[in-house]
Amino acid sequence: MTASIIKLTSTPADHHLAKMAAVALGLSVLEGAIPTPLPGVKPGLANIVTLIVLARYGWRAAVWVSLLRVIAGSLLFGNFLAPGFFLSLSGALFSLLALAASLSLPARWFGPVSQSVLAAFAHIAGQLLVVFLWLIPHSGVAYLIPVFATAALLFGAANGLIAAHFMDNARDNSAESPS
Amino acid sequence: MRRYLRPGDWLILLLGAGIIGLMIQVFWQGGQANTVIIRAGGKVFLEAPLSRDREIEVPGPLGQTRVLIEKGRARVAADPSPRQYCVKQGWLSQAGEVAVCLPNEISVELSGGTNRYDSLNY
Repeated sequence: MTASIIKLTSTPADHHLAKMAAVALGLSVLEGAIPTPLPGVKPGLANIVTLIVLARYGWRAAVWVSLLRVIAGSLLFGNFLAPGFFLSLSGALFSLLALAASLSLPARWFGPVSQSVLAAFAHIAGQLLVVFLWLIPHSGVAYLIPVFATAALLFGAANGLIAAHFMDNARDNSAESPS
Repeated sequence: MRRYLRPGDWLILLLGAGIIGLMIQVFWQGGQANTVIIRAGGKVFLEAPLSRDREIEVPGPLGQTRVLIEKGRARVAADPSPRQYCVKQGWLSQAGEVAVCLPNEISVELSGGTNRYDSLNY
């Protein structure tokens, strides 16, 4: 019997997902440098990557990239398992569910902007749920909901447009077309 | 920019804006009052809607207190109490606001909306 060696085999697809997650991570670090007027109001630039991955490689790949980004990001920012981590996690999970639902919308009528806006609303819904159920169980939180919702609409639309722009460029540059 | 937006995207954006408008209505105007409760000597003297303008005379141990309801607001217009705090308080427009006239034992309180705070305790 030989000594057991644990060898993780990785496919080129895994490497690709990891690269995408790394790009998303870079964007979240970049965005951490942008000052915000209210904690919790962030552009969510990393979601641009999620949108592109969703369009090209499907929902499962988007789940991988999004969750890898949340977990690796929390290690990077030093808030793994801290309240901020659970806020990101619930936001990401809700967004992914919204994205899964958005895939059933006819692609002829609904593009990345719709997906992005829906995901952004789901994101704040997930976060506010954690805030309300766990962190601040006070009805005063409701007062901030319109602010977060407005931010979600604006940043969701902006991220969707950016993602659409990138995908358009990619289509022009190669024969490969996003599904 | 136009070619990135498909018709359904506009729909989603409009829908989102509509939902935000609704949220602002629900979460920011929840304190809007719709009724006034006047108490004299601890007992409810009158409960009236704020929608109808009227003037009410409330009898207390010192004399008559005059309460004015106008344009969805209410105030104590005149009161025989010496310090006149409730008169100086002016118009009450948010749910939960209270004007108390002592020692004439009369209070004017606004209620209604979804989230009501007790402005004496809160």
